[in-house]
Amino acid sequence: MTSLLILEQCLNGLQFGLMLFLLAAGLTLVFGIMDLINLAHGSLYMLGAYLVATLTQASGNFLLGAALGIAATAVIGMALEVLILRGLYQRDHLSQVLATFALILISNETTRTLWGVQPLQLNVPAWLSGSVELLPGLGYSAFRLAIIVVGLAVAALLYLVITRTRIGMLIRAGASNRPMATAMGTDIKRLFTAVFGAGAALCALAGAMLGPLLAVQVGMGENILILAFVTVVIGGIGSIRGAFVGALLVGVVDTFGRAFMPTLLRHALSPAFADAAGPSLAAISIYLLMVAVLFWKPRGLFPVGA
Amino acid sequence: MTVFRRRHAWLGALVALALVFPQLAAWLGQDFYVAFASRVLIWALLASSLNLLVGVGGMVSLGHAAFYGVGAYVVGIVATEAPQLSAALIAWPAAVAVSGLLALAIGAISLRTRGVYFIMITLAFAQMLFYVFVSLKAYGGDDGMAIARRSALPGLNLADEATFYYVVLALFALCLYALARLTASRFGRVLAGIKDNEARMESLGYATFRFKLVAIVISGAVAGLAGALMANLNTYVSPNMLYWDQSGTVLVMVILGGLGSLWGGLAGAGAYLLFEELATAVTPHWQIGLGALLLGVVFFAPAGIAGLFARRRR
Repeated sequence: MTSLLILEQCLNGLQFGLMLFLLAAGLTLVFGIMDLINLAHGSLYMLGAYLVATLTQASGNFLLGAALGIAATAVIGMALEVLILRGLYQRDHLSQVLATFALILISNETTRTLWGVQPLQLNVPAWLSGSVELLPGLGYSAFRLAIIVVGLAVAALLYLVITRTRIGMLIRAGASNRPMATAMGTDIKRLFTAVFGAGAALCALAGAMLGPLLAVQVGMGENILILAFVTVVIGGIGSIRGAFVGALLVGVVDTFGRAFMPTLLRHALSPAFADAAGPSLAAISIYLLMVAVLFWKPRGLFPVGA
Repeated sequence: MTVFRRRHAWLGALVALALVFPQLAAWLGQDFYVAFASRVLIWALLASSLNLLVGVGGMVSLGHAAFYGVGAYVVGIVATEAPQLSAALIAWPAAVAVSGLLALAIGAISLRTRGVYFIMITLAFAQMLFYVFVSLKAYGGDDGMAIARRSALPGLNLADEATFYYVVLALFALCLYALARLTASRFGRVLAGIKDNEARMESLGYATFRFKLVAIVISGAVAGLAGALMANLNTYVSPNMLYWDQSGTVLVMVILGGLGSLWGGLAGAGAYLLFEELATAVTPHWQIGLGALLLGVVFFAPAGIAGLFARRRR
């Protein structure tokens, strides 16, 4: 019984971690290659979720809605890069923070104006709404299982692109030494736009997959943005591998904290206190993880270009 | 007209306005704005304390709300647990001391990292403290707690908005003066040197870690005072005062006002809150306007509002 529960929470942690990875991968690449702190990354996730929810409702088909929404978000992301963010690469980090914070304000308010303040409903498609019996006695939501499969597939694809293709080589070169990559004749402008578009598409994919589980509403971007940044920093800025390991760590620690912390505390302390402090301690555990990692590895687990 | 005189004319006008503001507001029948002015000054105090860290010392912190919120909670907890001690002369210095000590502990660990990692580790500490206060049901949990009345100050009635405003104004002026002296002192020069090139300062024989840590402690202590004042202004404290968006807002104020500039904190807090106040009256979509304004500052006024004035000085 308990071992099944632990196994189920492991899967939940994996599922959440993989979604965090989708967000963190784009963030860490933009960060590592373009040296841009992009606070608006969470806005792309929100925008992606809204577009997917709207297009799914309009077309009546989750897959079609998701594909269109992801493509639209990628285009919006690339437009954003060309029109505004491109002017920020040469600026210091604080100007980037201010400018992308401004973008958060603008996109939140625009979303609120276009879609209203009520959260949108994005339903799990009927063919994924059941549960799958993984082991005798362990039924697991088919949709969450699908998230895990998609997440692993994307991670594998990213790994192949980055280690085996020419564009991946350019990305790695850009992340470890940008001036040198430029000097060697890389068309850095097009590369940056492409990377940004891909990052935006990953955001929208995460939004499409998490939309049915969490609420599609204004402000969803900021909460997960913080977790994505924590992931990036734990892994080491610019490192895809670090983002993957960091995302799984954060996903599992967060899920386990939420699932088991109150019960564990009840053994040691009064039930009233445990119920009050349990969820908070679970939330704290992620930050504690990050502080611990940075205490021993001040540049993250997989430092790039050291 | 020399530059020197013109600058003093500006300063004189500002001080005069600040001094007669409550009377002016009463005469115009806009008493509400006295409390608003106190709020601006408290945010300005908070932003100025962060400016020492970010603008002078080059340490970008996204966890400044931790010291501010803890300062506020010290006032709130003293008012609840020991109302007889709820005097400004006891509770406020206590808030400053607790925040300063907290800054010492957080700073000592955070300074192992730098750059973006420093941003994130300070954020992590502030978020942890946020959740600590959320779980403290004895002090209201995530609802926060109301404070029965403002701290007592002998001879003054702080419940009166104008009196409270003058106390805040006096403390702000005092702290700004102290920060100005500090920035101009040897300590401030060393700090600015560390921001420019830490390796060079280290090889010149300065214990850079110690200088940076002291800057964090001073900055955190002043933020604690700002928190104590805000708790008094609102007679209410809540965990939201420690949440990361508060740290983000004050950082935005500092960048907007002018990094490393003495008046940057005041200019940034004033512009931000005034815009919010006026724009909310005009349209519910005011955040789009604020976003556009901030984008404009980034692209057309890279040195912030204070930079606009500095350029005119030439």
